[in-house]
Amino acid sequence: MRRAVVILIPYLWLVALFLVPFGIVLKISLSDIATAIPPYTPNFDFSAGWAGFKEFLSQLDFENFIWLTEDDLYWKAYLSSLKIAIISTILTLLAGFPIAYAMAQAPKEWQPTLMMLIILPFWTSFLIRVYAWMGILSTEGFLNQFLLWIGLIDSPLQILNTDWAVYIAIIYTYIPFMILPIYATLEKLDPSYLEAAEDLGCSRTQAFWSVTVPLSKPGVIAGCFLVFIPAVGEFVIPSLLGGSKTLMIGKVLWDEFFANRDWPVASAVAIILLLILVIPIVLFQKQQERQQEADS
Amino acid sequence: MSADVFAPWENPKETPLIRFENVTKRFGDFTAVDNLTLDIYEREFFALLGASGCGKTTLMRMLAGFESPTEGRITLAGEDIAPIPANKRPVNMMFQSYALFPHLSVADNIAFGLKRSDMPASEIDGRVDEMLGMVQLRQFAKRKPHQISGGQRQRVALARSLAKNPKVLLLDEPLAALDKKLRQETQFELMDIQEKLGTTFMIVTHDQEEAMTVASRVAVMNTGQIKQIATPDAIYERPNSSYVADFIGEVNLIDGKITSSTEKSCKIAWQGGTITAQPPSKLKKDTEVRFAVRPEKVSIATAKPKSGNAVQGKVLDIAYLGNISTYYVETATGQTIKAQIANARRLSRRSFTWEDPVWLSWSDTAGIVLTE
Repeated sequence: MRRAVVILIPYLWLVALFLVPFGIVLKISLSDIATAIPPYTPNFDFSAGWAGFKEFLSQLDFENFIWLTEDDLYWKAYLSSLKIAIISTILTLLAGFPIAYAMAQAPKEWQPTLMMLIILPFWTSFLIRVYAWMGILSTEGFLNQFLLWIGLIDSPLQILNTDWAVYIAIIYTYIPFMILPIYATLEKLDPSYLEAAEDLGCSRTQAFWSVTVPLSKPGVIAGCFLVFIPAVGEFVIPSLLGGSKTLMIGKVLWDEFFANRDWPVASAVAIILLLILVIPIVLFQKQQERQQEADS
Repeated sequence: MSADVFAPWENPKETPLIRFENVTKRFGDFTAVDNLTLDIYEREFFALLGASGCGKTTLMRMLAGFESPTEGRITLAGEDIAPIPANKRPVNMMFQSYALFPHLSVADNIAFGLKRSDMPASEIDGRVDEMLGMVQLRQFAKRKPHQISGGQRQRVALARSLAKNPKVLLLDEPLAALDKKLRQETQFELMDIQEKLGTTFMIVTHDQEEAMTVASRVAVMNTGQIKQIATPDAIYERPNSSYVADFIGEVNLIDGKITSSTEKSCKIAWQGGTITAQPPSKLKKDTEVRFAVRPEKVSIATAKPKSGNAVQGKVLDIAYLGNISTYYVETATGQTIKAQIANARRLSRRSFTWEDPVWLSWSDTAGIVLTE
């Protein structure tokens, strides 16, 4: 009985804060746009009874989802979001792994400090930090001034309002989510594995590739999902730093909701985005389960 | 000594396989190994025995190449190994944690070192199979390390470290993770394998029973120095210092002074009377000595024995261990002497119990006179 109650609490939480809102969004996505408050029809009317409910159901349709397939803006935005998310996840991994590795190799007494430094940026507002990148990346920004000063370039580079700015900001924003899980696996890594590899004839480099890298896989996978999932739906970074050509689904979603006030289409966009994200989450959980089975 | 007994250390013509020459290892202010000299011969099963922190693991790690000596020289087959990195030394190590790679199968773990050696790829499978056969794990070749038992993991680790056919196999507390029964079985397996392969084994352990069982020679270490190197029976029967006597097994230590001594026999005066014993050599009168006698060499009786050394006391405590009992007997002068008796008769027929007055006795040759 107590067990059931304990299990019930997270489920209720999930129902109230995920399933119910999801149901509402799903319902809106099946509705039609209307110049009203709220800006869609039909609205469910309790007083109309069973007949009213049937009437309500009959007015729902998949029009908005069909619309998403007809206008190439949407699938282009999805594909472009996935592309940007995949590339930035890979770049974040390439930048994050060495940092995590260096942290795990650092003297034990330094490690908490290094961890603090990784988390420190979260203490400032995310918006302010993204704005700061505008100051750094703009044609008159610090980066261009610096590159001009050392003579590496003759004329300022156009970085702001391109995909490059988006990549840089995504890597900057999400790198802690990559570093922390990788660091956690590397830090737990028994140093005798590396000694055993060396004892059996590996050079340090060989030992790194044949032991450290495979054994850090769970951390790498966790880090990649933690970066990839939010990066797909990222809205602030492409809006502030991206160019007019930077197409990301988060931005499309925002425009549908607030510029077009087309809540039904916006909801349909959100539902499809959710499906795109659920698949990697499910894959991730499967992987976690396999890992847990393997450890037991 | 007859020729067929394995004792190369007795033969001055034998050259040792491994030589530690005045090796010192310091970590900051801490001296882990202190000016240590040690010879280990081919085909030996050599045990380094000591409490934790005595430097035994450091000594082994220097041979493996994970640490380098601060001073002194280590040679292997006459060659100074200082410039050879760990991955090039003909020495393999079996780790205390086994350090089996969790992402690789049993067979791949064993093949790990072979794949990085100059062995042709076509021969690797055969060698892996041979090693699996040696440790009787053929049917587990495809399992991952976490899918087999602790005893099987231990054997995989052994097979992996022997696969490259090293000149020396280092075993760092190899059986510490196993339960007692399995540990005893495995000790004999280790000895069989060592005998079959003829590889020199060097084992580091804090378990004296383990060291005594497996080793041809045992070195007792303390604070970075070797206290005694000898065969297991010599270490037990003829310890050279009270540290070794006390460290190996149980012992009664009695402080006294020599009253008279010849080459063969001496008399030691102590609080409880006089002991007759065999001195290591003729000792000067009034030399402070320590008489050591093992509890199992002390007999206990209700009547005063006719000959030998005897002392009266009363039973203070009895430790009943099933097969044997240890009696803690307090003498009139307040010293506690342990006597260990095999429980040949049922417990209910024991002829003395707590607080009973008893006589302890031992023969003149039972103990050993220590001057250190």
